[in-house]
Amino acid sequence: MKELLELYLAFLRIGAVNFGGGYAMLPLLERDLNEKRHWTTTEELMDYFAIGQCTPGVIALNVSTFIGYKRKKIPGALAATLGFLTVPILIILVISAFLTNFADLPVVKNAFAGIRVCVCVLIFQAVLRLWKKSVPDNIALILYLVIFGITVCSGLLPFKVPAAVLVIAAGVFGVVWQTAKERRRQG
Amino acid sequence: MIYLLLFLQFFKTGLFSVGGGLATLPFLYEMSNNTGWFTHSDVADMIAVSESTPGAIGINMATFAGFLTAGVPGGIVATIGLAMPSVIIIIIISKLLSKFKDNKYVESAFYGLRPASIAMISAAGINVARIALVHMNVLSEGGSFLNFFNLPAIALAVVLFIAQKKLKWHPVIFIAISALIGIIFHFGGV
Repeated sequence: MKELLELYLAFLRIGAVNFGGGYAMLPLLERDLNEKRHWTTTEELMDYFAIGQCTPGVIALNVSTFIGYKRKKIPGALAATLGFLTVPILIILVISAFLTNFADLPVVKNAFAGIRVCVCVLIFQAVLRLWKKSVPDNIALILYLVIFGITVCSGLLPFKVPAAVLVIAAGVFGVVWQTAKERRRQG
Repeated sequence: MIYLLLFLQFFKTGLFSVGGGLATLPFLYEMSNNTGWFTHSDVADMIAVSESTPGAIGINMATFAGFLTAGVPGGIVATIGLAMPSVIIIIIISKLLSKFKDNKYVESAFYGLRPASIAMISAAGINVARIALVHMNVLSEGGSFLNFFNLPAIALAVVLFIAQKKLKWHPVIFIAISALIGIIFHFGGV
């Protein structure tokens, strides 16, 4: 019970400050769950994000469920997910009830313009930290560059490639490449 | 009854929107047309609110639409409806993963998935930077090249980068400081 409460509270804290969507969650997870509590490893976090990208639902929730399940099976998954949801639900209920013009308030606009700068920096630093473990060799680097290029230029391309398709293709490529490498080594 | 309808509508949205918060938008517009629970401009307002509050847009939208339709319990029911499919699916995947964790093919798949994952994270960072650090509209309006860069924002980014490296404070502290600086120096231009 104590561990479930701990899970709930850890994700409540992350949910309360997770501005800017699922990927902005990564620096917080790294700090709170990886470095401080050793609940996950960097590799696991990367795997969760990759899978969260090609399964239904909000990525942040998928990642919460994954980590919760890893700690304490189904009760853990529920505790982490509810923890992550708690503060956003409360904030939106308060805003919808009292502050219909919330997003137009100058103080909100200015504060968030500042927060966005910070979110960029945090994501950039997370990428630097995760780089070595996620991109171990040149083949992985090429894969990174191709997917990065397609995703960043998605607005300029004449066709749209859904993120889920890219992720699945990368997984299939991993299997094909590693199997071929194995064969060459043996043959 | 309305609670059940809300739950089912958002359950469906959660089940079929793959790839993060913005993927829920087409479903929300469709829901608006079919049920009249909220208008298209409510959705637009909610995107703005979501960008200025913590949490993912899909979650925020479910809470908001549920609240508009059936008050506080509606907000909670809709949000749980949205979250439910992904919770169930991820639990199933977790079970499978722990079974096949040491399988050669699963390991090889992750060799490809990890660079993909970090590529998408980098791209998300670039998308935020596009709004936060530069004025994209200057390019299309033919303004001078210098105006393209949002210099105060870039200065803040550099300071934050160095401070974060040196001080190792919790990210939340830097988020709070950035919000304050944004307010004091009118980063939003208002």
